[in-house]
Amino acid sequence: MEKKTCLYDKHVALGALMQPFGGFIMPIQYSNITDEHNTVRQHCGVFDVSHMGEVTVKGPDAERYVSHIFTNDVRGAEPGKIFYGMMCYENGGTVDDLLVYKMAENDFFLVINAANIDKDVEWMKSHLEGFDVEFENRSEYYGQLAVQGPEAEQVVEEVLGLECKDLVFYTTKTIDVAGETVIISRTGYTGEDGFEIYASHAFINEQWDKLMASGRCKPCGLGCRDTLRFEVGLPLYGDELSSEISPVMAGLSMFCKLDKPEFIGKEALAAQKAEGVKQKVVGIELSDRAIPRHGYKVLHEGEEIGEVTTGYHTISSDKSVCMALIDARFAKLGTELEIQIRKKTFPGVVVKKKFYDKHYKK
Amino acid sequence: MAKVIEGLFYSESHEYVKVEGDFAYVGITDYAQHALGNVVYVDMPEVDDEVEADEDFGAVESVKAASDLISPVSGTVVEVNEALEDKPELLNEDAFENWIMKVQLSDKSELDALMDATAYEELCNKE
Repeated sequence: MEKKTCLYDKHVALGALMQPFGGFIMPIQYSNITDEHNTVRQHCGVFDVSHMGEVTVKGPDAERYVSHIFTNDVRGAEPGKIFYGMMCYENGGTVDDLLVYKMAENDFFLVINAANIDKDVEWMKSHLEGFDVEFENRSEYYGQLAVQGPEAEQVVEEVLGLECKDLVFYTTKTIDVAGETVIISRTGYTGEDGFEIYASHAFINEQWDKLMASGRCKPCGLGCRDTLRFEVGLPLYGDELSSEISPVMAGLSMFCKLDKPEFIGKEALAAQKAEGVKQKVVGIELSDRAIPRHGYKVLHEGEEIGEVTTGYHTISSDKSVCMALIDARFAKLGTELEIQIRKKTFPGVVVKKKFYDKHYKK
Repeated sequence: MAKVIEGLFYSESHEYVKVEGDFAYVGITDYAQHALGNVVYVDMPEVDDEVEADEDFGAVESVKAASDLISPVSGTVVEVNEALEDKPELLNEDAFENWIMKVQLSDKSELDALMDATAYEELCNKE
């Protein structure tokens, strides 16, 4: 039985198409994916992302602990800084990709994927020994909104009355509103400027109502969240990252700081980096309009060399493109290969896995 | 409310058949295009392909998903609607006007297994 977010009734009242995702019953679209996608690229869209998991790590060894389980380097960072990175298994496979918010010295807020909450919490708990930290799974408490798009800053400031102009990209702060501490960050998963707000279910409901009543943004579903993140080459756990797909294979080495003294999976990732990987996630562009979907086979001269991880006919650039995990020997830009789509094969070429430019406010 | 047209034959997988003599135009119903949302690609058969009743003959793709097209009839494809190659959204504009393939029927008795407009409308109301 899927869980419901704190905004479930509001999605149903808006007539959203509701489908299971990551253990939750989530809004996929309200109007249509193309329209919602364009709204985020051009104006402002709001997503209920309350399904995401939140974990807090506090205490004397919090920094040392986070550094141990996380591939990126949080050591000595300024409070308010946010890091993207992964948790890896010893063999380099990915447990999850996540955001780590440094709220204060030895006080961290970790945002993990909905589908992985149980697995991640178990994994993190199993590595607590030897660290003096207070670890708490706060996923049930927090609701989360993502306000995304070039007009997001004005909407958050003027409609919600939350001051956010001062935040630079990938930073966070807390705001006390009516006795409640709200977390706000300049982050997102769309390739556009935007903010994410974490607070109690009651607060999230109030903000949602204000946003809907304002007429200055549209509700957007997970359908366009996927097309938006895909176009700018952001990975989705389960597609481009998994226990079988390491960050190095996924082309995310820049988030794995191999110069740190240690973290779980470091040796394996360092070896992959040094020796090269057998498979890599690449971008592929087709010349036809046919759409490569997750799981479709990638071929080179008729021989199977991998499969599609995510594919769309992109909305912003009107091209059929995909990300695919393929034999690294064919991963060079410009390599010609084919994708099997139902009964036919379609020619494609390896391209950078970024099909649209990000528009972040740095 | 999805549109249903009298005089056509309908399948449970939401294709329609419009018969003209020994030939039939096959497409997706208005109900189907509503359920799919914005159509962004139509994978069509080729002229001279043999299609069989209850077998797939292509697919219709929305942004999010691909749905197989199931032929309600058997026969030989004599024409495909090439306009859909460049303008797949025509299916959203008028699914009945924009048929997908024209088939020379090999077994007209297969039509007996299909629904008429009244039966199909009932099916749509139930779903």
